[in-house]
Amino acid sequence: MEELAVKSELVQYIKIQLDEELYGIDISYVDNIVRPQHVTRVPNVADYIKGVINIRGEIIPIMNLRLKMGLEEIEDDKNTRFIIIKIEQYGKIGLIVDAVKEVVTLDDSHIEMMKYDAKDEATQHFVMGVGKLEDSLVSLLDLNTVIMEKQANKEE
Amino acid sequence: MDVSQYLEIFIDETKEHLQNLNTQILELEQEPDNMDTVNEIFRAAHSLKGMAGTMGYKRMQNLTHDMENVFSEVRNGTVKVNASIIDTIFQCLDALEEYLDNIQSSADEGTNDNENIIKALNDFLKNGGKSDDAPKESAASEEAEAAPAAEAAEAAPAAGNEKWREIKFTEDQLGVMAAAKKSGKNIIGITVNVQETCILKAARAFLVFKSLEELGEIIVSSPSAQDIEDEKFDFDFSIIVVTDADIDTVVKAAKSVSEIGDAVGGMVDLPDVPVAEAAEDKKEEVVEKTANAAVAADKGADKTGKVAEKKKVVVNRTVRVDIEKLDDLMNLVSELIIAKNSLVAAATSNVAGNENTNVNEHIEYLENVTTNLHESVMKVRMVPIESVVNKFPRMIRDLQKKLGKKMELYMTGEETELDRTVVDEIGDPLMHLLRNSADHGIEGDVALRKERGKPETGSIFLDAYQDGNNVVIEVRDDGNGIDVEAVKKKALERGVITEEQASVMSDKEIINLLFLPSFSTAKVVSDISGRGVGLDVVKSKIESLSGEVEVRSQLGVGSTWTIRLPLTLAIIQTLMVNVGGEKYAIPLGNIQTLENIKADEIETVQQKEVINLRGDIVPIIRLNEVLGCESTKGKDDDLVVVIVKKGDKMAGLVIDSLTGQQEIVIKSLGKYINKSKIISGATILGNGDVALIVDPNALI
Repeated sequence: MEELAVKSELVQYIKIQLDEELYGIDISYVDNIVRPQHVTRVPNVADYIKGVINIRGEIIPIMNLRLKMGLEEIEDDKNTRFIIIKIEQYGKIGLIVDAVKEVVTLDDSHIEMMKYDAKDEATQHFVMGVGKLEDSLVSLLDLNTVIMEKQANKEE
Repeated sequence: MDVSQYLEIFIDETKEHLQNLNTQILELEQEPDNMDTVNEIFRAAHSLKGMAGTMGYKRMQNLTHDMENVFSEVRNGTVKVNASIIDTIFQCLDALEEYLDNIQSSADEGTNDNENIIKALNDFLKNGGKSDDAPKESAASEEAEAAPAAEAAEAAPAAGNEKWREIKFTEDQLGVMAAAKKSGKNIIGITVNVQETCILKAARAFLVFKSLEELGEIIVSSPSAQDIEDEKFDFDFSIIVVTDADIDTVVKAAKSVSEIGDAVGGMVDLPDVPVAEAAEDKKEEVVEKTANAAVAADKGADKTGKVAEKKKVVVNRTVRVDIEKLDDLMNLVSELIIAKNSLVAAATSNVAGNENTNVNEHIEYLENVTTNLHESVMKVRMVPIESVVNKFPRMIRDLQKKLGKKMELYMTGEETELDRTVVDEIGDPLMHLLRNSADHGIEGDVALRKERGKPETGSIFLDAYQDGNNVVIEVRDDGNGIDVEAVKKKALERGVITEEQASVMSDKEIINLLFLPSFSTAKVVSDISGRGVGLDVVKSKIESLSGEVEVRSQLGVGSTWTIRLPLTLAIIQTLMVNVGGEKYAIPLGNIQTLENIKADEIETVQQKEVINLRGDIVPIIRLNEVLGCESTKGKDDDLVVVIVKKGDKMAGLVIDSLTGQQEIVIKSLGKYINKSKIISGATILGNGDVALIVDPNALI
């Protein structure tokens, strides 16, 4: 895996499902994937922050990716997973996703970066590009915006 | 090869020495004739010089050397201490501190030579009278001593001294040297002898390498750089260097490192080449291998050295621990193991069908041990606030000169211990408060002080003491006190409060306005205080340490600032409560009492619910509303109320039910959820669930 990281053109993504769509999360940010567990609610935070969980003695906030992307919240089922993301300057955060599919490897030629107009809908900004697989497309999540923009909201 | 492993020790010790010097020089200023103090200063300056030299910080070494000279003369009685030299010495200490700061952040002392300070020190010596030439003489004699030694060495270049001649070269190296020779460079071999008394041989050798590298390129060394780094050499090592400089310069560079006994250099004769080549194949192979290894190691060392230089050195913070405390800790750990073993034994005997009571006993024992262990570990983390407050007398002295006011700082309770993290943070807020007292507090007008029946010299007090689970630090002055009317006027001017608000505010509330950002009553902005950034910084800093700050003041008499800090941060006793089916922890330190209140005892005052608690009117806060969840209780059920206290304010928190008292480890909620003010953190319960910690201070 490390070898792949060195060759910049090849990046591995974890393919996840959210509603009907497939999304890709850069594997280098993924710390852990866990099954749903009891989430302790934290009062007075944005609705898409579901609360905190304990993973091996560490308190990790959990964000519902559905709510964050403007989708309906659904009940956890047997496919639901928490993906624990780690970004250096912000620490860890867990994302609730409908299902985790598999790991895909994409190189630059299979990725089309998105260009945005200022007028685009906010939700679209979470996607930084689209990866073309043999049988389907995956939207590649821009984790920084998914997580950072939330920060901006909070400061308001 | 690098000295970074000694860096931490160096920084710690230098800090200690500097602090010591500051204190001693303040003493010296009071009694210039006290020889004990002078001796103490001399010793501290001397060790400082030695340490700086060892670490290769030349500027620092030079400065301390000159400072030491001054005290050497003072000690000999040839010069007298006067006010101006004390000032210079203080400047000198500040400069040294600056070096130290640089070293701490980048492992480099910086480029400030502080020539003016050195000059001032030397001028003092010159003008000191007869002592005039003394330092020069000693310097000269040193040189003189060194010279004959060098001469002797040169005169008798015994084969044993020129070990560099024995170095075998590889073809690669010969190629490099031949090329260098063609381009007109000198190839110089040098053998360096380290003094036999030298303790850090490797460090010295490293410095020699470093200074030679400044002159040219090191081709090979014997023993290899790696071995030298590991101190695998006796008292000499040899280096071949390609350089533009001549032999003398190279030898001098090597000798400039202290504790180097002697260095012998000479031109390398390339005709040696055939000899080396003629050597047996096998032998050459071996030599080549080792030499290559040496070069590789050399390069490696070089690289790491450079990396170390470039990257920011983050020095770990250390705590010096009393060995007794460690012994305690060790004892407890062994007890812990015994407790574990007896639990295991009890569990196995249970399988055999024994009774359960045994296990409970062992669990109780285990509980005992863990509580003690916690206490011990906390004690290890505790350091006296002395390290922080010690610099204040010096600061007050400087302020006194700057402000032209007479004042004196009295400190008590320097030995009071606090958690290391707190002690590190508390310095700035305290400094702000002291400056505040010095600048705004103490009256500048001596006549005014007399009129008020106070002594001419103002007094500032810094008292620290432990009060239950808190540590209290008080900064008190006998100055002007806070002019409530002036604060009120200013607040109105700034639009912080309205006329109506002002008319109903108590004096205390008005004084608390001072803690708002950008609020300063100083009529003239000075560089000591008065930018209006001080007090709100103090408040937020203290609050970030979960402490609180309070002020009491009487106009014309003085003011007292009280800082209250929790003893430890990481582990606290809490009351576990249930609200709306969720578990929350309330720190026991905030809790006054627990009350059972009937629903009809609640009254409303100004649309707020209050209860009459034995004569006190206490507002109640329904935690389920604040936390945004449904209470599991009916409307007419009795209420369980936790009475919490903050300063002299009280409030009742309505909860659903109690679980009990529990010792918890505080964990941070992370950076995503820090805006939720009423939740100060979280903890992990025995079953792995997370419970949030309610901060009653944010609710009152």
